[in-house]
Amino acid sequence: MEKKPTKKNPGGVSRRDFIKGLGTGALSTAVLPPLLGQTIATKKGRVPVYDKKTITLTVNGKKASLAVEANETLLDVLRDKLDLTGAKKVCDRGECGGCTVLLDGAPIYACMYLAIRADGKAVKTVEGLADGNKFHPVQEAFIEKDGYQCGFCTPGFLMTTSAFLEKNPAPSLDEIKQALSGNLCRCGNYAKIYGAVDAAARKLRGA
Amino acid sequence: MRKEDFTYIGKPTRRIDGREVVTGRATYTQDIKLRGMLIGKILRSPYAAAEVVSIDLAPALALPGVFAALKLVEGKVRYAGQQVAAVAAVDERTAEKALALIKVDFKTLPYVVDWEKARDASAPQVRDGKPNVERFNEYVRGDVEKGFAEADVVVERTYRTAFEIHNPAETHGSVAVWEGDHLVVYDSTQNVHGVRDGLARALKVPAANVTVIKKYMGGGFGSKLGLNEQTVAAANLARETGRPVKVLLSRRDNAVCVGYRPSSLQTYKVGAKKDGTLTAFSLVNYASGGVGAGDEVSEPVVDIYKCPNCKVEEFTVFTNTGASRATRAPGHTQGAFGLEGVMDELAAALDIDPLELRKKNYSTRNLGDTGLPYSTKGLDMCYKLGAKAIGWERRNRKPGDGSGTVRRGIGVATSIWFGAGVPGTLADVVLYPDMSVEVVCGTQDLGTGTRTHMAVVAAETLGLEPKDITVKLGNSDYPWAPLSGGSLTTPSVAPAVRDAALKAVERLKAVAAARLKVAADDVVMGDRRFFAKGAPDKTVAFADVYRDLRREASFHGERTGFPQNEYAFNTFGAHFAEVEVNVETGRIRVLNYAAAHDSGQIINKLTAESQVVGAVTQGLSAGLFEERVMDDTTGNPTNPNLRDYKIATSLDVPEITPIFVDVVDARLNNLGTKGLGEPPRIPSSAAIANAVYNAIGTHVREIPMTPKRVLEALKKKEAGS
Repeated sequence: MEKKPTKKNPGGVSRRDFIKGLGTGALSTAVLPPLLGQTIATKKGRVPVYDKKTITLTVNGKKASLAVEANETLLDVLRDKLDLTGAKKVCDRGECGGCTVLLDGAPIYACMYLAIRADGKAVKTVEGLADGNKFHPVQEAFIEKDGYQCGFCTPGFLMTTSAFLEKNPAPSLDEIKQALSGNLCRCGNYAKIYGAVDAAARKLRGA
Repeated sequence: MRKEDFTYIGKPTRRIDGREVVTGRATYTQDIKLRGMLIGKILRSPYAAAEVVSIDLAPALALPGVFAALKLVEGKVRYAGQQVAAVAAVDERTAEKALALIKVDFKTLPYVVDWEKARDASAPQVRDGKPNVERFNEYVRGDVEKGFAEADVVVERTYRTAFEIHNPAETHGSVAVWEGDHLVVYDSTQNVHGVRDGLARALKVPAANVTVIKKYMGGGFGSKLGLNEQTVAAANLARETGRPVKVLLSRRDNAVCVGYRPSSLQTYKVGAKKDGTLTAFSLVNYASGGVGAGDEVSEPVVDIYKCPNCKVEEFTVFTNTGASRATRAPGHTQGAFGLEGVMDELAAALDIDPLELRKKNYSTRNLGDTGLPYSTKGLDMCYKLGAKAIGWERRNRKPGDGSGTVRRGIGVATSIWFGAGVPGTLADVVLYPDMSVEVVCGTQDLGTGTRTHMAVVAAETLGLEPKDITVKLGNSDYPWAPLSGGSLTTPSVAPAVRDAALKAVERLKAVAAARLKVAADDVVMGDRRFFAKGAPDKTVAFADVYRDLRREASFHGERTGFPQNEYAFNTFGAHFAEVEVNVETGRIRVLNYAAAHDSGQIINKLTAESQVVGAVTQGLSAGLFEERVMDDTTGNPTNPNLRDYKIATSLDVPEITPIFVDVVDARLNNLGTKGLGEPPRIPSSAAIANAVYNAIGTHVREIPMTPKRVLEALKKKEAGS
């Protein structure tokens, strides 16, 4: 996980601001100049902030090679460069789970994950959840039980749930609540989502 | 009204747009990308009050990739976050760099953001030459002094509610593109027609030359009811550059410039006879909506209970923060928290069951607004069914009767709301010779299920299935419908669709009559066929009748008026919560919840349940967690994100039981349906607060009921004050 910015160091550059390159508006003037020309640590060594790098991803089963900037998030790359807009930008700092995708099968917050770190990995987004025209049982269950309202957080919930049920095919209500606690639903449909997750688990077990 | 035997109406129907949502294909404003689209960004004031001496856009315009820059303010800024300038550039980063290059010379001015300090006569004036405190509502019925003199018991208490930010999942945003003289705007809005009209005025173009589109939206809760400044900026930037321009607000913007629920400080005084009969109510409320207005919180106290004497005075307090906006059940959630709190404290003082006290003062007339009798009122049934669902008899007989570290309690609270809908709402039903059917209305689906309820009503009327119906909405070029707020949508749109579909059936029957060689009045419909009455073997299939139409046929429906000079039309609800409170940590857990509602005929039970579940959750969240905290020294919020601004998660929310009493109101519209969006949001914080009172024997009187406030309330109780 990336470390979150602290309000205590207004003069310094938090890692989050560093990754994103900029804050917003006038407040960013102080932050911008020191960033230019700096480097960022990755598993493959330090790379300059604005350098481009070609990465290869397997997205929803298809390989894609593309040039990304070192400070671009996986979410921005998926949405802006690959036109996969299912994962949503809600808080843009790892607080809500609206951007949840699976990276080599594990759920991550794509807004907090640099695209270059995903080089060589398999990414699954909500667009890749169905098997062709056949819905994933989680998708079916969310429709049947009305596990959403506005639907904006739903792609995140679906990805979290699909990964969770792989690990725990017969969860209790408390386990469901725990598993979903990294995804916020502002419409407040949790109590319906519990039923949807339970129904999806039953479908997956063939029960 | 006799309840009709419907196939779909009132039953659960899955959303017809579920496929789009669960595959990620539903297009929200955030997802829109047009060829050549530029990204617009807005520079905001970091100061709570300042004179804008000068704005120099030249350095921004000189940056490669920047296409346009605009000044958005002249004179003074009055809150931190107020828009100052905007740029449009090839991408987000370039736009952000450009914003940083704009040179603004601010001369800072004195300001006040703490609304209690703003009440001081010595506080800086938020509005030039006008006092910060303004009386904005007064109401008197009967003689309260006489009423209090007649009372055996008088209780006086003060309740507070916090500033609550809507924080919809999708931030506000707009994409604007000019097609010649015609402006098309994709907007995250609850009001496509209103935004169209607002844009036409702001840009001085004919309304006929503006189209506003909203296919899917990630929540609004009142914060997207009107024209937003960023939408006008997007349109102006698009006009100047000749390119589509997208402006999305940030999460931080959501905490500073697109509204919140105003605070309140409500002092109630209530008098009653020993048997619980109310003799007088008075309320003095202070509310703050920043540079905008506070909410009137007095509707519940003037309306819910039968009390002959009632007096209200409400004041709004101006501060240097962004303007408030309507927030799901504006005024009513705050008012219900105060009123229902003091009712429970009165019940304790009288040693009467809180539910009995409410029933004792049950009102069959709308005393506050018109004095007219309610056309229908199923609140008594809500009390009965809700009490049964929660197990009301399990409550502590006296507040705080329990012992131990973790104490349980059960509470009740009541809601009244409007929800009659808007006459004049229009909808079209279009029949095609291939038997496809389209329903068109310029309303919007906020996630409330409007698309599906339109399909349900059309399918029910036409003898088809909801999945057979193609629904078109979310476009200002479609027939007029009101904004989606105020619980207006269903009681406005469903009757209009019903009207259009009934006219379509009439035409189909006439066509079938020609085929069957009988009078149109003698044609009956069923099983996807038309029959001659009394001759069941004389039939013609739907497919043949539709084909006989030869071309598509449109039918115009309208939501008609209702006898509002004879009756009052309101919606009602009663909520019951069971909580446990840890008296050592001050932590509250909600264990069980039942929410009973009279919103007339429910159209789609499945999505109606979600409305209730979601609203209860939001009330729980506001009751326990949500509070915008301003930094006095900078005039900026300290928690403009989803980490520090706490909202309920799955770990906080119990299973919730929605109950509908379905009192069909035939006087109101052709389906007897009323609104449901707001009602379940109204009494939820209050019911939880009353359950906490029942558990620990002291009312926490301030939401959010944080552990600190719970412990303080317990400490005060111990000290005997």
